[in-house]
Amino acid sequence: MKSTAFLSRSEWIGVAIVAALILVVLPLSVDGFRLNLVGKYLTYAFVALGLVMCWGYGGILSLGQGIFFGLGGYCMAMFLKLEASSVENTKIQSTPGIPDFMDWNQITALPWFWEPFRSLPMTIILVIAVPVFFAFIIGFAMFTRRVGGTYFAIITQAIAAILTILIVGQQGYTGGINGITDLRTLNGWDIRTDDAKYILYFVNAGLLLGCVLIAYFVKHSKLGRILVAMREKEDRVRFSGYSVAGFKIFVFCLAAGFSAIGGAMFALQVGFMSPSFVGIVPSIEMVIYTAVGGRLSILGAIYGTLLVNWAKTSFSESFPELWLLGLGGLFIAVVLAFPNGLAGLYQSYVEPRLGKLTGKKSDETNGALPQGSPAE
Amino acid sequence: MNAAPVNGVISDQMAPDFLLAVEGLTVSFDGFKAVNDLSFYVDEHEIRVIVGPNGAGKTTVLDLICGKTKATSGSIKFRNQELTRMSESSIVKAGVGRKFQNPSIYDDLTVFENLEISYPKGRSVFGALTFRRDAAVKERVQEVAEMIFLENKLFERAEFLSHGQKQWLEIGMLLIQDPDLLMLDEPVAGMSVSERVKTAELLNKIIANRSIIVIEHDMKFVEDIAHKVTVLHQGKVLSEGTMDRVKNDPKVVEVYLGH
Repeated sequence: MKSTAFLSRSEWIGVAIVAALILVVLPLSVDGFRLNLVGKYLTYAFVALGLVMCWGYGGILSLGQGIFFGLGGYCMAMFLKLEASSVENTKIQSTPGIPDFMDWNQITALPWFWEPFRSLPMTIILVIAVPVFFAFIIGFAMFTRRVGGTYFAIITQAIAAILTILIVGQQGYTGGINGITDLRTLNGWDIRTDDAKYILYFVNAGLLLGCVLIAYFVKHSKLGRILVAMREKEDRVRFSGYSVAGFKIFVFCLAAGFSAIGGAMFALQVGFMSPSFVGIVPSIEMVIYTAVGGRLSILGAIYGTLLVNWAKTSFSESFPELWLLGLGGLFIAVVLAFPNGLAGLYQSYVEPRLGKLTGKKSDETNGALPQGSPAE
Repeated sequence: MNAAPVNGVISDQMAPDFLLAVEGLTVSFDGFKAVNDLSFYVDEHEIRVIVGPNGAGKTTVLDLICGKTKATSGSIKFRNQELTRMSESSIVKAGVGRKFQNPSIYDDLTVFENLEISYPKGRSVFGALTFRRDAAVKERVQEVAEMIFLENKLFERAEFLSHGQKQWLEIGMLLIQDPDLLMLDEPVAGMSVSERVKTAELLNKIIANRSIIVIEHDMKFVEDIAHKVTVLHQGKVLSEGTMDRVKNDPKVVEVYLGH
């Protein structure tokens, strides 16, 4: 019988292995610069994790998760930028006390929507609330009208493009194409030092593990099974008395919330936020991380993200012009040859052997593996 | 002034008579009237079978009752509630369950989980997050599984059931909601003879608490279960009554044999 406990035994082991990897092995084995890179990759893993819930379990493919990653990141960056733009830091500007790019764009007063970002608690709330609210609006507008599948994917992509254009176009309010740069301190704590980067890495890893546990909780609740049911036979769920749109909105907002945390941690660790993390290309790259990891595997999202980004870094250091082709090839390979990604390979080849080794029946925690059609 | 109480009395008297009253129901798809000014009434504890040639509008009638298709005009009253204006999920909550033509079950979930999802509790987002699989749920799932002859398959993935078992499972998913009106679209399609016999038994057993509308082509099966038969033709009622009456109705004979 499939366990409905919070986590099954093998899932606990899986989480423990991931935790050991990102909390112990990586910090001990790579230098500070590389660890900061890993930290950056792990912020993308939040998005991939959201996509596992939304796309893998719920069957809703969003090609615009960069929107929520970006909104979360911008919310954080706005707070950090305001703190870096204190009157004494900016006294050479014609209007001291506002971010430098506003001054360059002849803006003389802080716009109203920047005001809430003077306070850290407010910022932390808004980091989650703004993207989730935006996801709610998109979800409500689309899912109650029964827009789904490819149409939904295209619309999310369009929104990602629109948001990028808006951010680039409103340079005076958003920092334009350069984004929000030169972020220095968080409540007076310098985030640019090696020590701070170390601490932020661990905060980020801890938050990611927290999100993993939330994802497992949702997966094992009845809601998780309804998501799978909806992906398979939406009408049957609807005519069993459920409001399908409500469940879709929920999982889309959940994915947006995860992405937003990733975005905020990105701004903190990397020290800037720009529209190049909002648009179509990063959104699609994040779908590829999820597909490589296995779109039905919560932990696979983390492995997939780390692996693709590790490949990206090492390839683009040696063959920068070949990387994009490599990424495209990888995606095609995943879709054609192993639709359930690394997790699928693990389940069909490694797990049975492990089971033989330990003499135990392998736990059927991931019984929900549909074949093919990853684009649905 | 005098007429008003009289009307009231009439509708009060009529209310308990019919579980479902379909009146003047019309739906038109781009001018084609799939269902045209259709009226029929279903009693409590009745098994009604709707038959008719392909394209007669049988499935469309079920679609209209369960809210999948919106009526162009006419009314569908279920226990005096007007269904044509209700959302699909509130129609289900009012007590109408519908089985689709092809077995609509969740292949990736187990039989137990399929039934559990249909269990009428935890239907809101928050309710589903906090839903506990308690003893009452397990007991009810077990009870329904026994009714639909699947008590030994509870923890198998639904994908691996035979076609007939999938049909039963979907009927079970409706039974667990305890609907007052059960609508079954070709429940015995693809079933073996022995499975058909068992299904007829099942339907006769569950009738105690509810009414059933069945769409079916298999005349042997129809004779086994039907209390009353409604023959549809081109979106209209061609004939209605007991099986014997309908079978000998010259209009029916002409439609079925005349061309």
